Amino acid sequence: MIVVELSKLLRRPRTWVSIGLLVLLPTLVAVFLAVSEVAPRPGTGPAFLSAVLSNGALYPAAALAIVLPLFLPVAVAVIAGDAVAGEAQAGTLRYLLIRPVGRTRLLVAKLISVVAYTMLAVVLVAAVSYVVGVQLFGSGPLPSTSGTTLSTGDATLRTVLAVLYVGWSMLGVAAVALFLSTMTDSPLAAALGAIALLVTSGVLVGLDAAASVRPYLPTRYWLAFVDLFRDPVLYRDLVRGTLLQGVYVLAFLSAAWANLMTKDITS
Amino acid sequence: MIRTHALVKRFGPVTAVDGVDLDVREGDRYGFLGPNGSGKTTTVRMLLGLVLPTSGSFELLGSRRAQDVLAQVGALVEGPAFYGHLSGRRNLTLTDAAGPGGVRRGRRARVDAALEQVGLDGAGSRPVKAYSLGMRQRLGLAAALLRQPRLLVLDEPTNGLDPQGIREIRDLLLGLNRAGTTVFLSSHLLAEVELLCDRVGVLNRGRLVVQDSLAVLQAPTGRTQVDTPDAFQATQLLGSRVEAVDGMRLLVRDDDPAALNAMLVRAGVRVRALGPERRTLEDTVLQVTTAGSDRVGGPQRDADVEELSA
Repeated sequence: MIVVELSKLLRRPRTWVSIGLLVLLPTLVAVFLAVSEVAPRPGTGPAFLSAVLSNGALYPAAALAIVLPLFLPVAVAVIAGDAVAGEAQAGTLRYLLIRPVGRTRLLVAKLISVVAYTMLAVVLVAAVSYVVGVQLFGSGPLPSTSGTTLSTGDATLRTVLAVLYVGWSMLGVAAVALFLSTMTDSPLAAALGAIALLVTSGVLVGLDAAASVRPYLPTRYWLAFVDLFRDPVLYRDLVRGTLLQGVYVLAFLSAAWANLMTKDITS
Repeated sequence: MIRTHALVKRFGPVTAVDGVDLDVREGDRYGFLGPNGSGKTTTVRMLLGLVLPTSGSFELLGSRRAQDVLAQVGALVEGPAFYGHLSGRRNLTLTDAAGPGGVRRGRRARVDAALEQVGLDGAGSRPVKAYSLGMRQRLGLAAALLRQPRLLVLDEPTNGLDPQGIREIRDLLLGLNRAGTTVFLSSHLLAEVELLCDRVGVLNRGRLVVQDSLAVLQAPTGRTQVDTPDAFQATQLLGSRVEAVDGMRLLVRDDDPAALNAMLVRAGVRVRALGPERRTLEDTVLQVTTAGSDRVGGPQRDADVEELSA
């Protein structure tokens, strides 16, 4: 069943179109930067962008920061929201279940497929933007955001960790969208529900009056991957972010499972 | 093969299925009839484990857990459904791979065999979104046949097929049944059920109101229909045994058409046609069912009025 779900994911034009767009955005930004050579002033715009002009090897991190706030979570929400509700809407859910595919098994397969999509998207964004960055800006010893210089091996390791952290951060969104996907027969409603939660979280994170709930908001620690490029690495927010996402993933996956197990499939 | 006991399903305040006791035996060609909204689909969904019963129990192929035996059941529920951007063959391949017993070995042969059975072997590589309604229906049947099931549960399997297609599918189902497959056909097409099935269950408003063999339901009524140009003479000869006269057609209370024929002919009455009167399935079904739930407003049929005033 897992192989079937992955095969369905990879054979779906939508998968590649959305990943293509995700890769295109940082590439577009890179081209503008390279042509105009006007970098955002330090401290403004997405993280790292002011630094990439002097070193393209930093561009994967910058690209992640570009797609992370909106584009990537929306894509993940759409794919995860479609996971069960899309099958219900197409009528294929009932045929899967009577094949029979156990409901738990189905949910696990769907989850793995969503994780595969997320990691594929993040890795491709990082890989393509590395190539683009090095081609357009050249490479050199990587400066950390703390001013020291990172060795190539160290920089690669940190980039890989950043990719993993961003991927993990997206799983919270995926779990929420997957849960909503078991609630409704409309993939659009499921995706919009998850996106609405993200927008709400994003607004509250920026609102000082909501400071009391800020540490528990799903988007609070997303950008903490930037701390991976400090020297030494500032782990505090990274650990909190990882744990918080873990709680969201666990809670919403349990809810999705409980809902799917007891649901009448009338689609 | 299928046995339900006091099966009930409520959706909120609505009781969709209300104490159904189905009994489908091995080798049956069972016709499951009923007006729209009478609970046929909900019953089928419960049998297949899609909808959880509110109360009551059922046994599918001797098991109380549908999940354990579904691999031996092929089903078509409320129309076929596929991934439109993939080919028919690809869809069947995914179906085969998704569940138990779907090993890679022999998968191609299984898919080819199923496509050939329903007459789609030439169109397997086209994307399903380019299929006609009839082709989709055939592909749905192919998916149901893919695992060589012991039990076929089919909901309106001939939907969207032309007369030749309907005939073809009927012959296919009859052939499979002869080879030992039990067929459970849910339909509201009486003619279809009459031609294919040997046992019938009729559902009305969630209740099973009839369950019997078709032969019993269509048993002679004890009257004989006589078609004769000499209706007047025949009426005089038979006297009070004639129950009704309609032009040249007489309805005679007599369960032996052969003796009746001999008697009429001896008396010089010309007989054009003659035979035992049988109840049609339509008579039976209309008698025990009320208008479907898709009928809104307008004058209700008698049975409904009676129930309201009772």
